[in-house]
Amino acid sequence: MRYLPHTPEDVASMLSDIGADAIEDLFSAIPPDCRRDEDLRLPEPLTEWELNGRIASMARQAATSPDYRVYMGAGSYEHYVPASVSHLLGRSEFSTAYTPYQPEMGQGTLQAIYEYQTLTARLLGMEVANASLYDGASALAEAILMAIRITHRKRIALSRAVHPLYRRVVRTYLEPGGYAVTELPYREDGRTDLARLSDSDDLAAVAVQSPNFFGCIEDLKTAADKAHEANALFVTCFSEPLAYCLLKSPGSQGADIACGEGQSFGIAPSFGGPGLGMFACKMKYVRNMPGRLVGQAVDADGRRGFVLTLATREQHIRREKATSNICTNNSLCALAAAMFMASAGSTGMRELACLNRDKAEYLKNRLAGAGFRMAFPSPTFNEFVVEFPPGFDAGYKRLLERKIVAGLPLGRYYPELQGRYLLCVTETKSRTDLDALISEIMR
Amino acid sequence: MREFPGTTGLVFNEPLLWEKAKKGRCGMSLPRRDVDPAPLDDDLAGDAPDFPDLSEVDVVRHYTRLSQWNFAVDLGMYPLGSCTMKYNPKINEKLAAIPGFAGAHPLLPVEIAQGALRLMFELERFLTEITGLDAVSLQPAAGAQGELAGMLMIHAFHKSKGSHRTKIIVPDTAHGTNPASAALCGYVPVKVRSNDQGILSPEAVAAVTDEETAGIMITNPNTLGLFEENISQIARIVHEKGGLVYCDGANMNAVMGIVDAKKMGVDIQHLNLHKTFSTPHGAGGPGSGPVCVTEQLARFLPVPRIVQRNGQYAFSEEYPESIGKLHAFYGNFGVMIKAYSYILTMGPQLKRVSELAVLNANYVKEKLKSVLHLPHDRPCMHECVFSDRFQKDHKITTLDMVKRLMDYGFHPPTIYFPLVVEGAIMIEPTETESKEDLDLFIDAFKAVAKEAEQAPELLRQAPGRCKVKRLDETSAARHPCLSG
Amino acid sequence: MKELGELNLPDDLRYAEDHEWVRLAGDKVVVGVSDYAQDRLGDITYVEIPQVGDAFKKGESCGTLESVKAVADLFIPLSGEILAVNDALAESPGLVNEDPYGEGWILEVKPLNAAELDELMDSDAYLLMLERLE
Repeated sequence: MRYLPHTPEDVASMLSDIGADAIEDLFSAIPPDCRRDEDLRLPEPLTEWELNGRIASMARQAATSPDYRVYMGAGSYEHYVPASVSHLLGRSEFSTAYTPYQPEMGQGTLQAIYEYQTLTARLLGMEVANASLYDGASALAEAILMAIRITHRKRIALSRAVHPLYRRVVRTYLEPGGYAVTELPYREDGRTDLARLSDSDDLAAVAVQSPNFFGCIEDLKTAADKAHEANALFVTCFSEPLAYCLLKSPGSQGADIACGEGQSFGIAPSFGGPGLGMFACKMKYVRNMPGRLVGQAVDADGRRGFVLTLATREQHIRREKATSNICTNNSLCALAAAMFMASAGSTGMRELACLNRDKAEYLKNRLAGAGFRMAFPSPTFNEFVVEFPPGFDAGYKRLLERKIVAGLPLGRYYPELQGRYLLCVTETKSRTDLDALISEIMR
Repeated sequence: MREFPGTTGLVFNEPLLWEKAKKGRCGMSLPRRDVDPAPLDDDLAGDAPDFPDLSEVDVVRHYTRLSQWNFAVDLGMYPLGSCTMKYNPKINEKLAAIPGFAGAHPLLPVEIAQGALRLMFELERFLTEITGLDAVSLQPAAGAQGELAGMLMIHAFHKSKGSHRTKIIVPDTAHGTNPASAALCGYVPVKVRSNDQGILSPEAVAAVTDEETAGIMITNPNTLGLFEENISQIARIVHEKGGLVYCDGANMNAVMGIVDAKKMGVDIQHLNLHKTFSTPHGAGGPGSGPVCVTEQLARFLPVPRIVQRNGQYAFSEEYPESIGKLHAFYGNFGVMIKAYSYILTMGPQLKRVSELAVLNANYVKEKLKSVLHLPHDRPCMHECVFSDRFQKDHKITTLDMVKRLMDYGFHPPTIYFPLVVEGAIMIEPTETESKEDLDLFIDAFKAVAKEAEQAPELLRQAPGRCKVKRLDETSAARHPCLSG
Repeated sequence: MKELGELNLPDDLRYAEDHEWVRLAGDKVVVGVSDYAQDRLGDITYVEIPQVGDAFKKGESCGTLESVKAVADLFIPLSGEILAVNDALAESPGLVNEDPYGEGWILEVKPLNAAELDELMDSDAYLLMLERLE
């Protein structure tokens, strides 16, 4: 077997050095009542060439571009990834390393993560960003738990316009602690209704998403003021970080914690994971932050270097009193995001963000021109909700046969939004694609 | 004798990204603009992000140089205990990058995502076979999230019986994630000491188990690299009081094809695909931490679950007692592809993997025990734990020794863990290291031990051949500088 | 790490099992951690202290001391109310290492029950306890 280097002679000589007769002797500590009764019933080993064929044939059963035109976002976005980023990310010095607990042997990862933290903090207008969490959903759950720790309060208000799947993850994380979640309704314009918030709610956090699940850009400033009037922390999340290359940053609007999904930055959709939990907060809350942090240091010769720091927050030191149980996070995905942000740069990221917005607006206007109603009038970034006429189910299926996925039907997540579809347009769709989509819908 | 791999070479300096940027450069091919601008209102639009502008060459050199400051499995032996730094096969990477998988949107109608569902369905079956348990969820994104899933299921189990229990028993050898995961679920972790053999005694567990005990978290083999021989009896004690047994499967690489979790009395076990099943650690993730359970707990698993109906795969949410969702979608699918590929490559030979992992660890243990203190001198499983007691006379610590080991071209073992061994040095060679490489590592450690006696200052100043010397972690923590 | 013989354990202080020291100063007491505690923790990077006015019962955790790779609880050796805290530790936590009995003091406490002071150890008894511990 090509991954197992031992020859029979090696095994014999090692056993003799150990003083054992057979490998089985090394397992003598395992009592019979713990042992398997039979050998592993797994398929016989495949050769590399057989495996190639088997997995390629399975992968062909998934609808992806360029075969399909997928107008679906909702937390997973199709963006171009430069070949240089994929190539660099494939360097096994990065991918086959462990968490850099020994900083002298992990300076590459450490500097790269320090740069990631910096770019993330700048993007979100926050003072400090961590080295990543798993995904946008668990990042939001961790943010809310952090707000509960800081405020010592047990109730939170969560906008119904936050990604429905993120909200379910939040509920899972909060359930055993007995924390109460109040859902804030959305208004007719597609934004969160914050009218009924007050200090008497004893809230730890008010959490909204912007652009929200419907693609609508929330009025973060007003929401932050409302949250702060209620003496709660203001938590903002996002599923499309590219929006903040165009929009005012959460930090500039008063966010205490900003978090979300970073998959858009150089990470393949990969059927939903791995993605990237981006997480940033105000510096005064850093000791309550979950996850790893890289900090600048100097070495014995006075040269700049980087280390994992403030680790006393973490489980391997503080154990049951840690700020989170997270250990392995999504470091390599953070690296991809940093490479992506560095490649596009300020100028390129702005232009990419504009292209996303402009193309989405183009489709929105064409649809409106064709007589379809937009469900919400608020400004949007690269996603929006359109109302298709009753009976469009059949049209959706017909489009699928034409290899077009015409957005995400929302009825499953919001029963009151039956017949509404969440559409997403990124830079990967040309005007020709968009025109073709319109004519297919109109057929 | 072969030369040690560690040497000097031309290593490049490289500034921070923004120290080499110049406004107006761009390292990405920007897509064609074929629509008119649709500007946003001023009250919503902000400034462009304050990112450095770099050309593609700038970016490529930057990360290529940074990569050369890292040590990695592909460069040499990385014997971090409890981390299972085995070789990460390249075919796995290629298969995970196939466009049909890498490009798949998670909310596609399932009829056009059958391949992905089938892969997950089959991987679940493989993992039940390997553990001996009955049902699996692949959703946890890493081991710690697998633990959280386990704790949540224990919580849900007791709730379903109308009881609310408060305590989880955690041995003193446990990973820090165990008590942290229990606490996240509102449980108070109750510490139980391992005995002088380095394992749990049934008496010690019985003494702390009562009607308030929701369960026990037990790592087997434990973090001393020893098999918890009394696990069946311990499981009976906990079960008799109505508690459940959670097994942290971080060390599964020692016992594949050998033990049966269900026979041991385990109710729930997580696996780390990024340890046992060869997916790369990525310098800190992404991982994947599937959680496996017995039939009686299957109804609590995270949703959605994958079901097969009439030859088609589908997601099902029809489990009202489920703990809910842990991940926005289905977990780290990209990592699952790699583990699936590994299992198909190895097949029943996974047992051989465990045998050779244990052989390698025992070989290192036997060869190094003359120069390093071995607190528990008995056959170990996949890892062995030494201490720095022999070096105390020379005022040399574990940290000094492992820093010097870097100069020889090896990554240090896990140090100062488990906490029950003072100055612990925890070595897990894994099965993918050859005898020649093990011998070189052993010789390097012996050379370091000799230097500890003859030239201790060399160790205190180590490493000398890395990109940086020892870093001042105290100042970094006192005055944190976390972004530039 | 210091040998036990190298430790500085002033005679005029009382010591608690959790390695805090107490100095009587009129009707209040000053509290810090012993030379042994600072030495075993290593370079202290952060001290989390309670707020003035907080009250604790003897043996309760009232703060933490952090080094790079360890966290230790600060247990209050006497029941009472916090009268003052050493604000200099926020900027210079290393004072606890450099001068544990002087500039590195941590709290001033108004004791609730003076008899609790007598329950603490003198330096000889504390050293004896350390010898048993090692």
